[in-house]
Amino acid sequence: MKEFSALEKQLLSTIADIESVPTGAYNIREDGRLKGRSTTENIDIVSKTDKSGIDIFIKPNTKNQRVDIPVIITKSGLNDLVYNDFYVGENADVLIVAGCGIHNPGCDTARHDGIHTFHVGKNAKVKYVEKHYGEGDGSGERILNPTTVVEIDEGGYLEMETVQIKGVDSTVRTTNAVLGKDATLIIREKIMTHGKQTAETHFTVDLNGENSGAHVISRSVAKDSSHQVYNSLVNGNNKCNGHTECDAIIMDNGTVSAIPRINANCVDATLIHEAAIGKIAGEQLVKLMSLGLTEKQAEEEIVNGFLK
Amino acid sequence: MLEFKNVSYVASNADGEKEIIKNVSFEIDQKFTCLTGPNGGGKSTLAKLIMGIIKPTEGRIMFEGRDITQLSITERAKEGISFAFQQPVRFKGITVSDLINFAGERKLKMNEICEYLSEVGLCAREYVNREVNASLSGGELKRIEIATAMARGAKLSVFDEPEAGIDLWSFTNLIKVFEKLRDKMGGSLIVISHQERILNIADRIIVIADGKITEDGAPKEVMNKLFLAKNCKMLENGVKA
Ligand SMILES: Nc1ncnc2c1ncn2[C@@H]1O[C@H](COP(=O)(O)OP(=O)(O)O)[C@@H](O)[C@H]1O
Ligand SMILES: [Mg+2]
Repeated sequence: MKEFSALEKQLLSTIADIESVPTGAYNIREDGRLKGRSTTENIDIVSKTDKSGIDIFIKPNTKNQRVDIPVIITKSGLNDLVYNDFYVGENADVLIVAGCGIHNPGCDTARHDGIHTFHVGKNAKVKYVEKHYGEGDGSGERILNPTTVVEIDEGGYLEMETVQIKGVDSTVRTTNAVLGKDATLIIREKIMTHGKQTAETHFTVDLNGENSGAHVISRSVAKDSSHQVYNSLVNGNNKCNGHTECDAIIMDNGTVSAIPRINANCVDATLIHEAAIGKIAGEQLVKLMSLGLTEKQAEEEIVNGFLK
Repeated sequence: MLEFKNVSYVASNADGEKEIIKNVSFEIDQKFTCLTGPNGGGKSTLAKLIMGIIKPTEGRIMFEGRDITQLSITERAKEGISFAFQQPVRFKGITVSDLINFAGERKLKMNEICEYLSEVGLCAREYVNREVNASLSGGELKRIEIATAMARGAKLSVFDEPEAGIDLWSFTNLIKVFEKLRDKMGGSLIVISHQERILNIADRIIVIADGKITEDGAPKEVMNKLFLAKNCKMLENGVKA
């Protein structure tokens, strides 16, 4: 694959810290087409034949490897839909870096809907990082609707870190997870919305296996007149631990709704939900201002820290 | 350096109005001044008035000959005033090194940050990247607050009950910290304290009770009066009983 253009580089480094062509396995999708791909001995990437998207096969016992699967959109009016399936073999330990950057220069909507399915094998450990980012001078909307389906086998572990940095006008993020015995799911979601943006999150976690555990931590900031909705549903169907946390800062005329639901369907299920929504604490602003920051700078630092 | 001219502060809330600082005037030029007095006397309120967190309802505040009454917190910080809170603030995601960098107005080197933390008796490496959040104990937060003030190195540093919560840490160290601040930083200190050992190393002690200055002078003089007052009170109480 040839080197990246300046725009590609900028989008890729923003969403995936990629500065040059990755050395490990990768699949880069640009404007709905394959831009470049590389596989390794342990990690295979295959295009789907029935629909657009890829299957990623990670061999059992693959250790300390990284897979990059960024998607970038540089055109207006593009409506992209992909299915990515990850098959993570037993005892593997890998880092998967996804992400979508949209540069919409025009006035038509640019949209990317990604449907990711994770099959995490027995005792496998996966860290999945996904960043979403939009930019562009045009009036065209930037829409991202990621759907994530997760199945974790016995003793498996998946840690998902999802970040929507800025510039995404509308997003509906859906995550459905089913956990087996001793399986663990950790989700860290960070969203910032501004302008008239909307963001909606739906988490559904089924804790089916004995001693399974899920920890969902959502941090969000709604600025200007943006609006966010956080929905979470955790079903404790066995002896398990579930914990969801929704922590939101509202600024200007931003609004946030948190709708948590926990169902304990087993007497040994322990489920906790915490939610806190409010503006930046006055004393935090005062403290930083007393160190010489302006109110605006203090606000920025507090928000940056909160979403770090 | 710092002057209060007939400053009053009336707090108003749902229950009505309450005068917390009552027509207070003083001028401080000493290197090390202690404010002391009973709980609820108005010490913290006075400190907040100095930092600009609240504004006087009457009177003027001067700093280095300039009227700062209307200046914002940020402007006062830029003028050279700093304030270590009685109750340190907790954040989410802001680290100890972030705070010290803000205070120093630059990105300090790791060893510089560690030095400040060691000064206040924190094992530095463990704390640099810790978030200043609820996972830190009150005493740890208090020490970080002092380290931050040191990094700020202001012309006038105000500390509100720095000894609170750091009971495990010997006061000898705390006193050393203040002596060092006074001598090395070249700035002046106003320390709100109930600790006799801190009061003893001050150049001047001001006692505030019920929103007014009731005593003001050299430590020896004021301490004697306080001691007498305490004994009188005990006598009085004894008589009553
Ligand atoms: N915003 C406020 N509204 C009403 N009363 C207040 C307010 N702030 C402080 N006070 C009261 O003013 C008095 C002095 O408080 P403070 O300055 O904190 O005293 P100190 O620091 O000397 O213990 C206390 O009785 C306190 O309850
Ligand atoms: Mg006080």
